[in-house]
Amino acid sequence: MTETATPAVEINALNKWYGAYHALRDVSLSVGRGERVVICGPSGSGKSTLIRCVNGLETAEEGQVLVQGVELKSGDRSIDMVRRSVGMVFQSFNLFPHKTVLENCTLAQVRVAKVPPEEARDRAMYYLEKVRIPDQAGKYPGQLSGGQQQRVAIARALCMDPKVMLFDEPTSALDMEMVGEVLEIMVALAEEGMTMLCVTHEMGFARRVADRIVFMDAGQIVEMAAPEAFFESPQHARTQAFLGRIAH
Amino acid sequence: MNSPPLAEAFVLAHPAPARAAPAARRTPVWRTLFGDAVSSGITLAALAGLLELGPKLVSWGLVRAAWSGPGTACGGQGACWAFLRSKAPFILFGIYPPEQRWRPAAMVAMFVLLALWTLPPSRWTRLTLWLWAGAVAVAVLLMSGGVLGLTPVPTSAWGGLPVTVLLTVLSLAIGFPLGVALALGRRSELPGLRWMSIAVIELVRGLPLVTILFIAAILLPLMLPDGVKLDNLARALAALTVFSAAYLAEVLRGGLQGVGAGQAEAGRALGLSWWATTRLIVLPQAVGNVIPALTNTVVVIVKNTSLVLLVGLFDLLSAGRAALTDPKWPGPYMETYGFVALIYFVICFSISRYALWLERRPAFGASS
Repeated sequence: MTETATPAVEINALNKWYGAYHALRDVSLSVGRGERVVICGPSGSGKSTLIRCVNGLETAEEGQVLVQGVELKSGDRSIDMVRRSVGMVFQSFNLFPHKTVLENCTLAQVRVAKVPPEEARDRAMYYLEKVRIPDQAGKYPGQLSGGQQQRVAIARALCMDPKVMLFDEPTSALDMEMVGEVLEIMVALAEEGMTMLCVTHEMGFARRVADRIVFMDAGQIVEMAAPEAFFESPQHARTQAFLGRIAH
Repeated sequence: MNSPPLAEAFVLAHPAPARAAPAARRTPVWRTLFGDAVSSGITLAALAGLLELGPKLVSWGLVRAAWSGPGTACGGQGACWAFLRSKAPFILFGIYPPEQRWRPAAMVAMFVLLALWTLPPSRWTRLTLWLWAGAVAVAVLLMSGGVLGLTPVPTSAWGGLPVTVLLTVLSLAIGFPLGVALALGRRSELPGLRWMSIAVIELVRGLPLVTILFIAAILLPLMLPDGVKLDNLARALAALTVFSAAYLAEVLRGGLQGVGAGQAEAGRALGLSWWATTRLIVLPQAVGNVIPALTNTVVVIVKNTSLVLLVGLFDLLSAGRAALTDPKWPGPYMETYGFVALIYFVICFSISRYALWLERRPAFGASS
């Protein structure tokens, strides 16, 4: 297999339980390099659990997760290696409130990637520029709006030069006026060819950037299709019901 | 209808400009003091108390006080400041050889300067940590002597403020990391570690400090193998350290619970190790969450060091008591305890004010 043929993310027959609750059931999914996959579905369907397995924030009891051909094994150094090439953006931003915006962006660069502080600063400013808030670099997260905080979180992840970006409902905690500014950044990122795995309810975004849409329910992938086919002619009854309910 | 009616449709035509807020209305002082019967009663009672006590205090402390002279100068109705004047060095330095008192004085000065240096959080660096470690080593060498031509002084002759300072600094410096370890241990997913931490914390918290001091002073030497001798001061320090660690651990545990799981997840997702995540992200926020409770514990620990007098150590308070036993003086208790209390107050009040200042900084979680 050549280097480019290895998928960015490969998930094989993943099974996960929370206590007795079977949260992921035989989930398999392969994401190619540069591919944008949007995962949607009702709450509790396992979407977040699935992408949290990709960088080892959750560990599955059965099955396999490979990122760029490296298998994640719990309690293994492979997790640290994988995390360095996978960026994650959370629903609740999770910026470090005791660090300035700039420090949020340089911390892991210096500590994990051992980038010299000067260079880390320049990189941080480059990405803050890219998410259009370089003027907020000296502020603390608590002084920013939700939309600004989420854009900093995206910049913070990008500073680590990830090969894959995971988004876990990045706009769900934002009010409507701020959703747009975050989605714009994500669209720009998609257009640059970043491999993206997004859990989101933003169907407009999905339609616009996704190469593939995955619909999950009750811990399983119910349907997977290109956006056009997914929205115009959903096959499974559960998908049809879901789309029928969220159609505006 | 003068004001616009509650219309069914409305479009803003003239945006209202922002105006300055109206001046806050303040209650006049006389109304606070004499506004109603209860206030008036309290005010009058307080005034009567002041009129009764104030002149007495002035008369005792200033007018009739003996400011200088030997013990015979005291004994009247006034305060005996002459006693403090003659005994202050003894209260401050205990039975440390008088011609060597510059050594404990230098040690205390060194710690005060270092504490001042450490105040701004921007100085909380590795360098400062090494400075403190160096200062502790220098302090112990300076006090005990035997090097660089310094006369050896056994720890049994150490006393007064230097002992209080040394016990406080060391019991906090060793107790804090231990407390962090216990707090993290108590929250660990490894059952062995968790149960051990719980056992240590609960055992120590379940015993009065006096008991722990006696265990350290009396039982510890019996349990140590023959030939191993632990200094009296070191044993008391061990007791104080364990005590501090257990209490600090519980305060920190509260702080750790206030840090959302998302913070550690964000750290881990960026590739930081567990330890780096804990040290750089979780702990600073945990400490920031509990600064008031932490300050309280630290102040209690400072004052707890005075209990070492029960195991025969000579701290500031014991030195004050010892000074009072001099038969040449009439035993001016008020003045001596007042003097000792003032020193404790200055230390503890400074700590509180500093903590308050820290608390208001955004890097410690104050929302702005």
